[in-house]
Amino acid sequence: MNPREITTDVTEIKRPRRWHILVFLLPALVVYTAVMILPLFETLRQSFYNTVDGQLTFVGLGNFKVLFGDPRWAADFWNALKNNFVFFLIHMAVQNPIGIALAAMLSVPKLRFGAFYRTAIFLPTLLSFVIVGFIWKLILSPIWGVAPYLLDTVGLRSLFGPWLGKPDTALIAVSLISVWQYIGIPMMLIYAALLNIPDEVTEAAELDGVTGWSQFWKIKLPLILPAIGIVSILTFVGNFNAFDLIYTVQGALAGPDKSTDILGTLLYRTFFGFQLQLGDRSMGATIAAIMFLIILAGVALYLFGIQRRMRRYQF
Amino acid sequence: MTRTTMKGLLLASSILGSAGLAQAQDATLTIESWRNDDLAIWQEKLIPAFEAKNPGIKVVFAPSAPTEYNAALNAKLDAGSAGDLITCRPFDASLELYNKKHLADLTGLPGMENFSDVAKSAWTTDDGKATFCVPMASVIHGFIYNKDAFDQLGLSVPTTEEEFFAVLEKIKADGNYIPMAMGTKDLWEAATMGYQNIGPNYWKGEEGRLALLKGEQKLTDEPWVEPFRVLAKWKDYLGDGFEAQTYPDSQNLFTLGRAAIYPAGSWEISGFNTQAEFKMGAFPPPVKKAGDTCYISDHNDIGIGLNAKSKNADAAKTFLTWVASPEFADIYANALPGFFSLNSTAVKMSDPLAQEFVSWREKCKPTIRSTYQILSRGTPNLENETWVMSANVINGTDTPEAAAKKLQDGLDSWFKPVK
Repeated sequence: MNPREITTDVTEIKRPRRWHILVFLLPALVVYTAVMILPLFETLRQSFYNTVDGQLTFVGLGNFKVLFGDPRWAADFWNALKNNFVFFLIHMAVQNPIGIALAAMLSVPKLRFGAFYRTAIFLPTLLSFVIVGFIWKLILSPIWGVAPYLLDTVGLRSLFGPWLGKPDTALIAVSLISVWQYIGIPMMLIYAALLNIPDEVTEAAELDGVTGWSQFWKIKLPLILPAIGIVSILTFVGNFNAFDLIYTVQGALAGPDKSTDILGTLLYRTFFGFQLQLGDRSMGATIAAIMFLIILAGVALYLFGIQRRMRRYQF
Repeated sequence: MTRTTMKGLLLASSILGSAGLAQAQDATLTIESWRNDDLAIWQEKLIPAFEAKNPGIKVVFAPSAPTEYNAALNAKLDAGSAGDLITCRPFDASLELYNKKHLADLTGLPGMENFSDVAKSAWTTDDGKATFCVPMASVIHGFIYNKDAFDQLGLSVPTTEEEFFAVLEKIKADGNYIPMAMGTKDLWEAATMGYQNIGPNYWKGEEGRLALLKGEQKLTDEPWVEPFRVLAKWKDYLGDGFEAQTYPDSQNLFTLGRAAIYPAGSWEISGFNTQAEFKMGAFPPPVKKAGDTCYISDHNDIGIGLNAKSKNADAAKTFLTWVASPEFADIYANALPGFFSLNSTAVKMSDPLAQEFVSWREKCKPTIRSTYQILSRGTPNLENETWVMSANVINGTDTPEAAAKKLQDGLDSWFKPVK
């Protein structure tokens, strides 16, 4: 029997409806709908409502007008958005290149203790953000911290500053803490992509005289580009949803002088309230809706603009 | 085999189930609170004292973290899962809960007559008709100092602003101690221990506060800017890296004996008593010129109310009446020196530091924190903005005038003076 006959046979047989697919999908679909999709639509709906004279009333785009039109709301929002972009750019500029470099080093076959390094670098990702925030607050504390002490031992004490407490350094410091925590994720994804490159390809490259650095740039990097793309989009989504680390390190007011305020902390303060400030569900939902749109736009841009044009290689 | 296990399980569960029923006849009251520091005092002193007198009512004290309390409580109340008794923040936060019908009206509660109108002011509606929380305690602001350090350096307690800075200058010149333990990282220290602590002397306590409410004064007026200007001068006397110094850092710096003066609230007393190994004293915020009337912040801080949806309302009311009694006031004020009872019956306190704080009530005029009543009802929230601005002034990010202007602009955007 040759292969062509088999395929024609199969198409002729009337397939039974594959109910099991539906059955298997159902639990996840139900749970996902209940905890993700419904709340998402409920939040979007709520952003069109506000309390007028004690009654929840449909106000159309009123909340959005306040958010962008009122000078104070707008200032808070643009400040948070700007900080969020800085937060994201620091991740893209520091976390991902270092992640790629670490992955490249780990994939060197002659490396000793590779498994140890891999685990050690990935470990912070598994730690709770509360622990990470607390540890780094202690390390960077000007009073009891290890950082000023270590700098002192090498005679560089003058370089140390109360970084978390100064408006111009706090955001960078918090971003780098976050980079430290999550560097394991790009490293692992890219490491896996590097391992996927067949030996034949690298051997062929070596025969052609492409070795060392130029081999990495010309052969390996193009092959791991899809993985880098995935890492970038994960970083984007993660950063624009970020909240936890800033909250534990800098508090809900994201001080000093709101210099570490990102969309997540602004949303938290607005929605749940803070100290004497009472929660404002409608404005909170409005900010959440904008965050959703920003992330949606970013992901869409990636999917249609980059992912589709990316060249994939089959081995 | 499996069948017998099954029977055994069924039997066991039915017995256990009925045991559970028998217990349910006792009412269990849950107290929501932000005072997680007080857990031991509630469990070891207050609750046993109450349960001994009221068999059949069990009380559970279930605190959450202070900064998360308001948000967590609101969410729990909306979801209907909050405890029977709600510890009340002063003023608008609780008023809002009452207006939303989360807190029951307690105006007629037996025991309410033990409190003066001022004591009840923080938990009474604007028209004064309904009171919805039993006042528990107030806190007083001032400065706690290291007596040993003062003796060693031959310093006397400052009474005026000038003397205060002279003392700070001497401690700084000596170099053995950090003059003042305060940081700006957590923001609220700068506002609460700084601005609200020294401020009343400049805006003349209630006089200025009420003028602000009536719109006769503005935050950009001299009495409200001057405390910022004084605060800006503190910068030189704070520890190295104070910008990143947190509230617990400040507490530890002082109790370890590394700092000489601590801008304080009286709630620190019990913690400091157990941790500091030196003698401590306290002085009220220094006045501008010798002979000026002194004003102190004697802020209604804690009350306790009844969840309107509580299933054990009667038992809860019994508990609240007990909270309103002199017996509770006595145990509470002595177990927590620094939380001063608001009960009209005077409480004898044994702690010298607490006695010192409370003695200022006789010579100085008390007021409450300026931002708490009415002024923090809108967006932007004046209290939270004051945190940010006080820290900015000390850090040098904003000038006192600029900070005051930002606060007033924010207030102007929503606040209509009370006529």
